[in-house]
Amino acid sequence: MKKPFLHNVETDSICQPPSPSVIFVDRAFRMLARLGVILVFSLIVVLVLEIGIKALPSIQKSGLDVITGTVWDVGQQKFGILPAIWGTLYSSLIALFVGGFFGISMAIFLTQDFLHPRLAAIFRAIVELLAAIPSVVYGLWGIFVVIPAIRPLTDELNESLGWIPFFSSTLSGPGLLPAALVLAIMILPTIAAVSQDALRAVPLRTKQAAYGMGTTHWEAILKVMVPTAATGIFGSLVLGLGRALGETMALAMLIGNSNQISLSLFAPANTLAAMLALNFPEAGPSEIEVLMYAALVLMLITLVVNVLGSMIITYAQRGMK
Amino acid sequence: MKKSFLYAVVIAVAALTLSSTSFANEKVRLIGSGASFPAPIYLSWFKSLNKANPNLIVDYQSKGSGAGVQDFLNKTVDFAASDSAMKKEDMDKVPEGVQLLPMTAGEIIVTYNLPGNPAGLKLPRDVYPDIFLGKITRWNDPKIVAANPDIKLPNMPITVVVRADSSGTTAVFTKHLSAISAEFKNTLGEGNTVNWPATNQFIKSPKNDGITATVRQTPGAIGYIEYSFAKLAKIGSALLENKEGKFVAPGNSAETLAAIKIPADMIAWEPDPDGANSYPIVTYTWMIFRKNNDDKAKAKAMREMIEYCLTEGQKTADALGYIPLPQSVVEIVRKAAANIK
Repeated sequence: MKKPFLHNVETDSICQPPSPSVIFVDRAFRMLARLGVILVFSLIVVLVLEIGIKALPSIQKSGLDVITGTVWDVGQQKFGILPAIWGTLYSSLIALFVGGFFGISMAIFLTQDFLHPRLAAIFRAIVELLAAIPSVVYGLWGIFVVIPAIRPLTDELNESLGWIPFFSSTLSGPGLLPAALVLAIMILPTIAAVSQDALRAVPLRTKQAAYGMGTTHWEAILKVMVPTAATGIFGSLVLGLGRALGETMALAMLIGNSNQISLSLFAPANTLAAMLALNFPEAGPSEIEVLMYAALVLMLITLVVNVLGSMIITYAQRGMK
Repeated sequence: MKKSFLYAVVIAVAALTLSSTSFANEKVRLIGSGASFPAPIYLSWFKSLNKANPNLIVDYQSKGSGAGVQDFLNKTVDFAASDSAMKKEDMDKVPEGVQLLPMTAGEIIVTYNLPGNPAGLKLPRDVYPDIFLGKITRWNDPKIVAANPDIKLPNMPITVVVRADSSGTTAVFTKHLSAISAEFKNTLGEGNTVNWPATNQFIKSPKNDGITATVRQTPGAIGYIEYSFAKLAKIGSALLENKEGKFVAPGNSAETLAAIKIPADMIAWEPDPDGANSYPIVTYTWMIFRKNNDDKAKAKAMREMIEYCLTEGQKTADALGYIPLPQSVVEIVRKAAANIK
């Protein structure tokens, strides 16, 4: 009797149980991956513990006074970081607003058939190059280009609309607005790149279906594409905000480092990260405790932002289904 | 003849290897850290010292006076450098004994940005402390106008630019302001950081570069920086009124320094010097050594380094914007350097 498939069984088939070496490699890789996860996780735990332990004396000594205090005077041992918290949130939110608007617009422009794909790829590369510019260079650029460029406009706004609290002071140089604008440019590549990925991930059929329903180009973008990619776009904003909150050097150079709480966009302000960077190198023991406290607060803020962000993303996803 | 040539080569090679091995044995590396204000001159000294004596390598990290003293106490460095000398309680923490040596001196200047870039703005003694207190807030304040009849002063707010980071420069500057203004002493006082008024007209910038850039870009700004930095960056400075009522430009402080008496611990401050031609804000800056070192080779290397700085080094001070030590001070420092064993 003819057995047409016999040779498959008798000859060396590619189907065979895993050899010991394959099992070994498999296990070794799994161990390595697990080790990596544990290492990364313990790194975070150690970091938080280390900062927490060093901040503990200050937390015990002054409790919430540090968070609610507005004066930073090393001579009198008075430490308050409320102005820095305020400045961190205020500057980051403005940056998110500006950077988010331009980043998402750019992502739409580069993915929704406005440009030849090759040209779009070039533009994308250029935007991503922005991420490679060192922070100090952004700071210098801010001082020498952005501030002189916006000064006439801010003077005009202050003169004519000075009764609005946002424009209530003149821009003397470094201040909240130039810092926030430079920050917006710094987070732009993150927002643009992640939003582009989100928009690209929308299946072609969805777009075709939208056109099939008779939508115009813009209707398809605004009513179908962007809402479908909303989760990813939102994720890009959270990432951008995370970066804005922690950005240090450019802000240290541009924000004016003045411990005051003001609604005015043109007034100098302070941020937690800049405060940490500028005060650490020569801080005495009692100051270091408070700076660690401030670092803990900064970490907490970023953590809350990220958790809130991912919660909103899950919520939005559920809503769409 | 050929043979003698061969001999010569062999001897030369032997001598070379011998000498290079002896070099390798004697090589000493000293590590220091501290003040950023004298860092440019220290780095140039240590570089030329290494050229003159290849066995001696000195690494200097400019991280700030406070950090330098901290490193010194932790014994991570062989010597430290500080603009604010060293506190008594810190010195007591060093069982080996501490030897401070003034190595060079500098001035702190007040720089400004006014429309038309007028040179030689004169600032009287009752004016510039008030500017840094935030009490005089406009350039056309009658007191400034009265002192500067030749300069057209605009009706413009004064933006005060101060150091955002903790700095020996701020310490020296506020020490001077506290010496000449009781109100400054009582409200802000002196220190590496002071609690500058938190208003829209006070801006804080990091480092000398930050202050310089901000003052340049802000019409109506005023700030303080080190003279060496200003000289390098070619920045104009205001004339300050000294104790005797004269307006003096920075850059000629050798005489002023020579008049300052050096006490036994070498910590000499003169926050408000006498003399008709004295620029009012001058300061020494110190290197800090241990008196008894475990490593005698290092102690010897330190003394060599100090000797080089006192002789060859002082010659380059003027060009770099520092004040060379007066000869009398050089003698005192040389004598004190012998304590480093």
